[in-house]
Amino acid sequence: MIATLSARELTPDVELRSEEAAPVLAVEGLAVEFSTAAGTVRAVDGVSWSVGAGETLALVGESGCGKSVTALSIMRLLARPAGRITGGRVLFGGRDLLALPESEMRAIRGRDVAMIFQEPMTSLNPVLTIGAQLAEPLTIHLGMNEAEARARSIELLGLVGISDAERRLGQYPHQFSGGMRQRVMIAIGLACNPKVIIADEPTTALDVTIQAQILELMKDLSRRLGITLVLITHNLGIVARYADKLAVMYAGRVVEDGPAEQVFRAPRHPYTAGLLRSVPRLDQPRRQALETIEGLPPNLLRPPAGCRFAPRCAARIPACERDPPLRPMEPGRRAACHRAEEMPSALPVAPAPTREARRRPQPEVAGLLQVRGLTKHFAVPTRGLMGGKAVVRAAEDVSFSIGRGETLGLVGESGCGKTTVGRLVLRLEESTQGEILFGGRDIAAASEREMRALRTRIQVIFQDPYSSLNPRMSIGDTICEPLIHRLRMGRAAAQERCAALLRQVGLPAEMAGRYPHQMSGGQRQRVGIARALAMEPEFIVCDEAVSALDVSVQGQIINLLEELQAELGLSYLFIAHDLAVVRHLSQRIVVMYLGRVMETAERDALYSTPLHPYTRALLDAAPVPDPEVERARAPRALSGELPSPLAPPSGCVFRTRCPMAVTECAATVPPLREVRPGHHAACIRI
Amino acid sequence: MLSYLARRIALMVPTLLGVALITFFMLRVVPGDIVEMKLRSDGGYVTQELIATERARLGLDRPLVTQFAEWMQGLVTLDLGTSMWTGRPVAEEIGVRLGLTMQVAVMAAIISILIAIPLGTLSALFRDTWVDYLVRLFTIAGLAVPAFWLGMLIILTLLALFHWSPPVTYTPFWQSPLENLSQLIWPALAVGYRYAAVVARMVRSSIIEVMKEDYIRTARAKGVFERLVVTRHAMRNALLPAITVAGLEFAFLIGGLVVTEQVFNLNGIGRLFVEAVSRSDFILIQALVMLLALVFVTMNLVIDMLYGVLDPRVRHG
Repeated sequence: MIATLSARELTPDVELRSEEAAPVLAVEGLAVEFSTAAGTVRAVDGVSWSVGAGETLALVGESGCGKSVTALSIMRLLARPAGRITGGRVLFGGRDLLALPESEMRAIRGRDVAMIFQEPMTSLNPVLTIGAQLAEPLTIHLGMNEAEARARSIELLGLVGISDAERRLGQYPHQFSGGMRQRVMIAIGLACNPKVIIADEPTTALDVTIQAQILELMKDLSRRLGITLVLITHNLGIVARYADKLAVMYAGRVVEDGPAEQVFRAPRHPYTAGLLRSVPRLDQPRRQALETIEGLPPNLLRPPAGCRFAPRCAARIPACERDPPLRPMEPGRRAACHRAEEMPSALPVAPAPTREARRRPQPEVAGLLQVRGLTKHFAVPTRGLMGGKAVVRAAEDVSFSIGRGETLGLVGESGCGKTTVGRLVLRLEESTQGEILFGGRDIAAASEREMRALRTRIQVIFQDPYSSLNPRMSIGDTICEPLIHRLRMGRAAAQERCAALLRQVGLPAEMAGRYPHQMSGGQRQRVGIARALAMEPEFIVCDEAVSALDVSVQGQIINLLEELQAELGLSYLFIAHDLAVVRHLSQRIVVMYLGRVMETAERDALYSTPLHPYTRALLDAAPVPDPEVERARAPRALSGELPSPLAPPSGCVFRTRCPMAVTECAATVPPLREVRPGHHAACIRI
Repeated sequence: MLSYLARRIALMVPTLLGVALITFFMLRVVPGDIVEMKLRSDGGYVTQELIATERARLGLDRPLVTQFAEWMQGLVTLDLGTSMWTGRPVAEEIGVRLGLTMQVAVMAAIISILIAIPLGTLSALFRDTWVDYLVRLFTIAGLAVPAFWLGMLIILTLLALFHWSPPVTYTPFWQSPLENLSQLIWPALAVGYRYAAVVARMVRSSIIEVMKEDYIRTARAKGVFERLVVTRHAMRNALLPAITVAGLEFAFLIGGLVVTEQVFNLNGIGRLFVEAVSRSDFILIQALVMLLALVFVTMNLVIDMLYGVLDPRVRHG
């Protein structure tokens, strides 16, 4: 079976084939309910899809749409007793998995159907060796003895690209990086040669270059071994690059499915079309404002009566009061929309907001914020009798400036020092060396008293809108607190100002009485923005401010940030790892790697002609939501892992992963030099 | 690991020194004078001169700092001094009783842990079923019932049902294990009940927590038998916090024996403690407090070392 299915190339008639061949795995009318304190939630409501042998099916949707619940239901791994399957069938190898006794189901898990989870950091048992965890499925399902299991484990680690396998089997999960742990998870999944692997957001927790490595590996293995892949993701770029088919889920249902190329070219459901329009894209010129899907997904405790997407749909008609069935369109395609035939053209293109059209003020030459030679070393204790100290160079000689009304993007992968730089600018952290001039005053050297005055002018928006708001304080109290205690406003005046701020960020003023847990992620992030605006700052540090949000909500927040900038003349330091988002918002961009600046340039120059090999690798690794573009690109993944910041490589810190590295790179730290006017790069090879 | 151990042992010194300082000076502040008490109990007329000579004989007339220095010097050379009441060396007084107390404590701990781990685990796995309710009832009772009362109950029950009461004279284990156990098992059960309850509750909440972890889901997704999921994947992780509680409770256990030893008429450390305090025998009290402090710090060290054994992250971290 494996050989015949292996090197199957994707052809346009794939949907014909998948209809001819019996599907390997088919979900029919699956319904899952969760009992919560507030009532019963139908998290999955009549979901059906199927996937053929050797195919890759992507299950796409935003958080809460039921994609992960669907996957866990197939494995019958739902958290009991809260979640229960109330209907439907899961057909695999001619059997209904939902009707099997538990012992037979257990024999299928890990043997015929394997699953890979989102969080590689927590998905492996911290107190067992990698070897023990790898051997488990081998001994349980295949009855191998210890020696056989060990030999197969070594083979498996080699297969997923972990070198020095023999030694690493004796190691524990914490001795592996996130990417390596996900490789181990894949090895565990592959152990018994499964027919299907279900991967639930396998790369969401990983950096973009590592994400590319892992996905390339999975795709390559599925081709070579003929494994069917069910890939659950919210990232449309990943779908475009790796999926043959996709099923789009919304509010517990499949709203559209079909071959990836066709769906991307002409989506038949307004939700799919809206999703595709609301992601900032690297392969297209930057648009003025992002189109967004207004509103929020429905609360599944009380789903709307008709089409569940109708309240947010721009192409809504009276017929949408009735629930549209998921009906067949072209061969192999289905969509659940009354106007599917007219899509996507029936969905109006949202006009760019007028206030966005206002020209931006030219950034001043002097700049509002100037950072010169900023360095931060952290001392970390090491073990041993004397307890010596090692030094992490979190930021090394970082310089940039931000003008009034300008946005500077700070990009890089985890551990590059971008968040440290943000914290230094806010003086949440004391710098080791260097200057941070804000309006001419040095933040790094300011006294406690001066800092208090400065803090009202510099504000911050954090990544996680949930943990950065006090759960015991109402939204109103959170926003009013600095107004009352800092600006000495009266309570009534503060509440009035709070209402105005909430309206400014697009929330009804009544929200002031709510608590963070009563709001959605997007709403909470709006509160975070309102809180930052309360002090009427000139400058805001946005630390991954939109990274935790779903695509459609992310677009809304990005637009809000832009509008506020145009309105209030704010400056942003926008720290993020998503290159497309950074491009959309920033005028100039700084790329960091392992504590050092690699490249700085104007936005368009950086994206059209990136100079530094690291910038190029980053741009290469980010998949674009267009299957045609993606399939034309050669497989590429930056090899290797981020070196330990405790012992960074000599000379150029990037040289260990750089495709252009030569021996001289190890000798000296390349200076940041102006290669083209206004375009600096730190590389001796360009 | 060895250098870590050495560092930890070195760090015990300042802790113990702090305990010594506080105990020494607090004992001198509280009212109660052993000299007067001793002389009065001997009967007869007590003159001021007599008290003064007696104080001078015991060295109580010297400056506090000198007394403290002398005590410290003794501690370092493992000389705990002599009891002010009986005049016998403190080390001897403690020595004859320590064996009994430690035996009861260790027995209580072993029995409790052997009961607590399965009980807590079952309770967690059958959460919100009658199994769980029974275990929770049992453990809540364990927290609520005082050990001495339970001790009396045990004695009375034995008398009422079997017309038998545990022997009153202590027989060392190596002389007659059966005789020894038939005396000491009952106090061990009485103090161990609370211990088992505390540990079982910890094991329960810890297993419930661990069963929600991602790696448990991974293990199930691999097709691991549910029994193995619990024993191999969940328990080892869940026992880590339980060990902390079990260790600290062990130190409390010795304190808890103070009253229970009276109930069972055992001549152990607890009883010695009560006597020493009622006689204001400073030297003996000091030594006993230091002993308990030593047990506490050592238990802490043992817990941390066990963590190192069970949790590789601690070992390599």
